[in-house]
Amino acid sequence: MNQTPPAAPAMTPEVPWGRVRPARRNADRLMKIIATAFTLVAITVLFWILGMLVVKGIGGLSAGTFTQVTPGPGSEGGGLANAIVGSAVLTFLGIALATPIGVLAGTYLAEYGRGSKLANLIRFINDILLSAPSILIGLFVYVILVEPFRGYSGWAGGVALGIIAIPVIVRTTEDMLRLVPAPLREAGSALGAPPSVVITAITWRAAKSGMVTGILLALARIAGETAPLLFTALNNNFWFSPTLVGGVSNLPVTIYQFASAPYENWQQLAWAGSLIITVSILLLSLIARRIVRGGK
Amino acid sequence: MAAVTDQMASGMPAVRRTPKGTFDLVFRNASFLAALFVLVLLAGIIAAMVAGGWPAFREFGFGFLTSSVWDTQNEQYGAFPAIVGTLSTALIALVVGVPLSLGIAVFLTQLAPPWFKRPVSTAIELLAAVPSIIYGMWGLFVFVPLFAAYVQIPLSNIVEGMPIVGTILYSRSPSGLGILTAGIILAFMIIPFIASITRDMLEQIPSVLRESAYGIGATTWEVVRYVLVPQAGVSIIGAVMLGLGRALGETMAVTFVVGNANRLSASVMDPGSTIASRIANEFNEALGLQLHALIALGCILFFVTFVVLVIARILVARVKSF
Repeated sequence: MNQTPPAAPAMTPEVPWGRVRPARRNADRLMKIIATAFTLVAITVLFWILGMLVVKGIGGLSAGTFTQVTPGPGSEGGGLANAIVGSAVLTFLGIALATPIGVLAGTYLAEYGRGSKLANLIRFINDILLSAPSILIGLFVYVILVEPFRGYSGWAGGVALGIIAIPVIVRTTEDMLRLVPAPLREAGSALGAPPSVVITAITWRAAKSGMVTGILLALARIAGETAPLLFTALNNNFWFSPTLVGGVSNLPVTIYQFASAPYENWQQLAWAGSLIITVSILLLSLIARRIVRGGK
Repeated sequence: MAAVTDQMASGMPAVRRTPKGTFDLVFRNASFLAALFVLVLLAGIIAAMVAGGWPAFREFGFGFLTSSVWDTQNEQYGAFPAIVGTLSTALIALVVGVPLSLGIAVFLTQLAPPWFKRPVSTAIELLAAVPSIIYGMWGLFVFVPLFAAYVQIPLSNIVEGMPIVGTILYSRSPSGLGILTAGIILAFMIIPFIASITRDMLEQIPSVLRESAYGIGATTWEVVRYVLVPQAGVSIIGAVMLGLGRALGETMAVTFVVGNANRLSASVMDPGSTIASRIANEFNEALGLQLHALIALGCILFFVTFVVLVIARILVARVKSF
């Protein structure tokens, strides 16, 4: 495509091999400019979003944001205390469910099932679940936990988040365990340790920081999930029951409901909530990244 | 030395076995069950979707896919507008997002000075960490007004009355909401995924190939076009399919900006709805057949994304091992 007609009255006949024909050079420059511009566009969008959150969210932040409950329609003031605590409870419930299953499954794939057909299938399916639409997980949990028990609950919300977190943890656990050099395991086996001891005392320990990173990434992934909570934990404007039965208030759904509401204080809180949730998630991701880098 | 691990790796019992340890057995079985749970999860999702949507499929049959009616009064439901909306927003996302992602990957691997590479990479990856609902807020409160004022209204004035273009790009109510807006927001959401996979793939290509191309006098563009892209080709398509899978099922951001109209329009500037946005909007108020129709929509979405993701994973995996 860069074969311009030979007509191009070359620039410097003296050293024809030392020059790049203008058409080729221009195509090259154009590509470099476009690639740089595209990168700038993406970075601009990131900082635009962050800037928007800071500008609009910081005004809504006050001590009351963290101490008062979400206001009802048409009432004054209010905060996000119940939504923040609810989100924390749901997220940790999800992680608490997903961590043992995810770590064990990742261990199976990396240690016991290495090379087996079943493990390959499980790995493949796990990769698909990793990118499955989160709203479908919400529907699934609605069908298995909300409909049969005739009511929304924090448990259903936690399970939905857990199901989203499992593939993330499985994937990172397996990847990290695979990085552990084989001689470490062999040394353990040579001392007579059974596989379970080799795995728990040697491989897990060697891969610890990577596995923690996986859990942090899963945490960051589910902390902002909204869609799976819409039909499971729902939301409400007061403190939820400690048994987590009934709607459990949470930040993402609160933001969703408050953002385009006609009340000034609701919109303010939606922006404040967005700022809180985004800053926490980005910090979590950055910490996870730092651990990976430090671990190497 | 490697013999022991090789045997462990192939799933065969190690030479030296001490079957005394019950912990050993429990641990092995627990990890096996946990791994099986992943399969159970997928089977469960399929079963729940099919069972939940079954009453709607039985009631409307094949017509569910082709009907455009969504009438809660008369209990008539059709998936066609939502399917079209889902596919068209995802397609727009790819058209906008893929060139951007490839440009970013090329910038990161070929152009960026080393000190600049890491912060830019991190910034791109942080785009993936921003929650969907925040993209929705940005879309609705920042992007939509700008898009309406500087794109929709001027463009509508230009294309009004033109054949074809006048239909596709004309907005009857230039509110900024619509299929095209949703597609553009989706594009920014899938960029980090496509860009970072493509970057990894480009970095895996042996540098001997690049160096020999430069050695015969190729420009950077020629190296990218004739050496790197053909080498990474299939996996780039895989990365694009992964992005497509994301775009098809993305919910919150789309729900904010797509306009949530139930009718079908020939113009990408008009409000529409996607499968995911319709479920998010109507599910909590839905009763009876409507509820089953919404789960049936979810079932369709599941099978479409499943096929796309399977293809994506096969393509990405195939090249990973070169």
